[in-house]
Amino acid sequence: MSSNKGFFNIPWRDVLRYKDLLYMFVKRDVIVIYKQTILGPIWFFVQPILTTIVYIVVFGGIAGISTDGIPKALFYSSGIIIWNYFSESLTLTSKTFLENANIFGKVYFPRIIVPIAKVTSGLLKFLVQFLFFLVVLAVYVLKGTEIHVSYHIVFVPFLLICIALLGMGLGIIFTSLTTKYRDLNFLIQFGVSLMMYATPVIYPLSSVPQKYKGLILMNPVTHLVEGFRFAFTGSGVWSWGGLGYTGLVTVIVLSLGILIFSKVENTFMDTV
Amino acid sequence: MSRAIEVESLGKLYRLGEVGTGTLSHDLKRWWAKARGQGDPYAKVGQLNDRTKAASKNEYVWALKDISFNINKGDVVGIIGRNGAGKSTLLKVLSRITAPSEGNVRIKGRIASLLEVGTGFHTEMTGRENVFMNGTILGMTRYEIASKFDDIVDFAGVSKYIDTPVKRYSSGMMVRLGFAVAAFLEPEILIVDEVLAVGDFEFQERALGKMKEVSKNGGRTVLFVSHNMQAISILCKKSFLLKSGSLAMEGETESVINSYLLENKVDHSKLTYEKENKSDESRIEKLYLKTTRPNNIQDNGQPMSIVFEIDNKVKIDGAAIAIEIVNAYDERILNLTLYHNNMNFCDITGKFKLECVIPKCRLYMGNYRLKVHFTANYGRTKIEMLNDVCYFEVTMLNLERSYPWTINEMKYIEDYKWILS
Repeated sequence: MSSNKGFFNIPWRDVLRYKDLLYMFVKRDVIVIYKQTILGPIWFFVQPILTTIVYIVVFGGIAGISTDGIPKALFYSSGIIIWNYFSESLTLTSKTFLENANIFGKVYFPRIIVPIAKVTSGLLKFLVQFLFFLVVLAVYVLKGTEIHVSYHIVFVPFLLICIALLGMGLGIIFTSLTTKYRDLNFLIQFGVSLMMYATPVIYPLSSVPQKYKGLILMNPVTHLVEGFRFAFTGSGVWSWGGLGYTGLVTVIVLSLGILIFSKVENTFMDTV
Repeated sequence: MSRAIEVESLGKLYRLGEVGTGTLSHDLKRWWAKARGQGDPYAKVGQLNDRTKAASKNEYVWALKDISFNINKGDVVGIIGRNGAGKSTLLKVLSRITAPSEGNVRIKGRIASLLEVGTGFHTEMTGRENVFMNGTILGMTRYEIASKFDDIVDFAGVSKYIDTPVKRYSSGMMVRLGFAVAAFLEPEILIVDEVLAVGDFEFQERALGKMKEVSKNGGRTVLFVSHNMQAISILCKKSFLLKSGSLAMEGETESVINSYLLENKVDHSKLTYEKENKSDESRIEKLYLKTTRPNNIQDNGQPMSIVFEIDNKVKIDGAAIAIEIVNAYDERILNLTLYHNNMNFCDITGKFKLECVIPKCRLYMGNYRLKVHFTANYGRTKIEMLNDVCYFEVTMLNLERSYPWTINEMKYIEDYKWILS
């Protein structure tokens, strides 16, 4: 340990040594959610179900936005669960330093474990909500609605990894920048909900006017949401080029995030 | 002997005042200086830390400056110093919570720091879950915790509540559970900050006992910060004294404590009585104590003297001296007297020295002062009376007991032994 620490100086070997701490953080996130509730883990389902219903009524029914020819419930729920995973990965990791200042001020452990734990427990939550999505999917398949489940589903794990790492990359950049200057906290609160409108969650990419298409395609999350939807429903766009671009952005954002994070973690206790 | 900790010209710079809009311009200047290959412009202007001085225009302060030391494997080292001397900052740097502003720290071996008990406790989780949570935060593996789980719960004495959320615990129970987890840590290097100061009497006894056990057998390197000189002198052979962010002294605990006490007392006028005799009468010119430690600090069980320097201008008939030792609660604890018929004094004029030797001071730890009566006519005529002089403190740093001594527990300690037949 020295005052001059190099870039990318995350102690990865320590991270491995503390893998049980990662496990405990994930466990804590999961069990604390349903402590003193009657429905317990069922609450994981309630949020996407209600959101889906509201979207069906507001965006599908009232605003009459196209759902690309697939059932509304399927269209919205696929978008919602994948977007939720992204937005939670981002917002939860963006609070790493401020929320854990107490623990960080008393004990050393590799700080990067906290954001990793957040995206891991987020993944568990996603998987539960994914079950809900599969049920909706199964209902429509049994009803005989024409749905094309594509072989692309084998790539879905990669989409999820991309979602998680992109969210975490952005999140740790934000948390590193907000230890000293809290200004960005205000930005992130509404920034994430605004960003959803720049992502094809409530509308299909195919319905975006040419004028705005370039902008929407620049959003790396676009390709992940569209790809996820395409893999399970056949609606949407699977673009290898777009996913390649997303992958590249993810790598850059994550590297930048780790770089800033590893610099900030050294001294953030002095400025937080 | 192999080194466990090597610290080389360590420094830690802090900025005073609020972090706000002004911070950005400092950051930019600093970044610009760095980009041009220069050092931190604010590092040069930082001054040594002295919290009592009013904040000057200078907003940067060295909480630690130029600290270098080595600690060998198996050493138990105490760190003492006044509030704000940099003790906690040093521990934070050593336990990797914050990085030094300059210098290097090399640590060999698994290190665990105990700056607080029960770090990471979540109130919604049960005692059992929190033991695992806290243990893994401190660097234990789940397997390790599971194998010691019963001992931990036993040590904490909360087995009945182990499956209850800790929000239902009393604060004392939480502290017990937190300390119990820490007590079963087995790092090669352990850093402990003032954690013994919490909990009830019985718990403190256990905690101190456990600390002793850890430091005496086990060959572990321990760094221990405390304001409790009693605990430091029992646990640590070697100590460091920090003063305004720098290492003022390093050596045997005994002498480091002495020099800390020396620095600590300020009002020297209260320690001795001194007044030149300009009258034609007989007067006490000087009254002082010979104590085991500097600045009128006396170890219990050790010899102590009260020394008079008397200027006897006239012959006194039946001179007598009475010394009252009064404690901080104004209770008269002892009366030490000298009558003319015990020893002839003040029979002739001139200056002389008179020493009252207490072979073994048995006063209980605490603060005391003297009242002195100097009389003639076998105590009937007052010559001089000195009120509230020679303030002194009795400590029991070398007196060991399995649990800590508490203030005002008794008045004095008698010599005694037990005989079993």
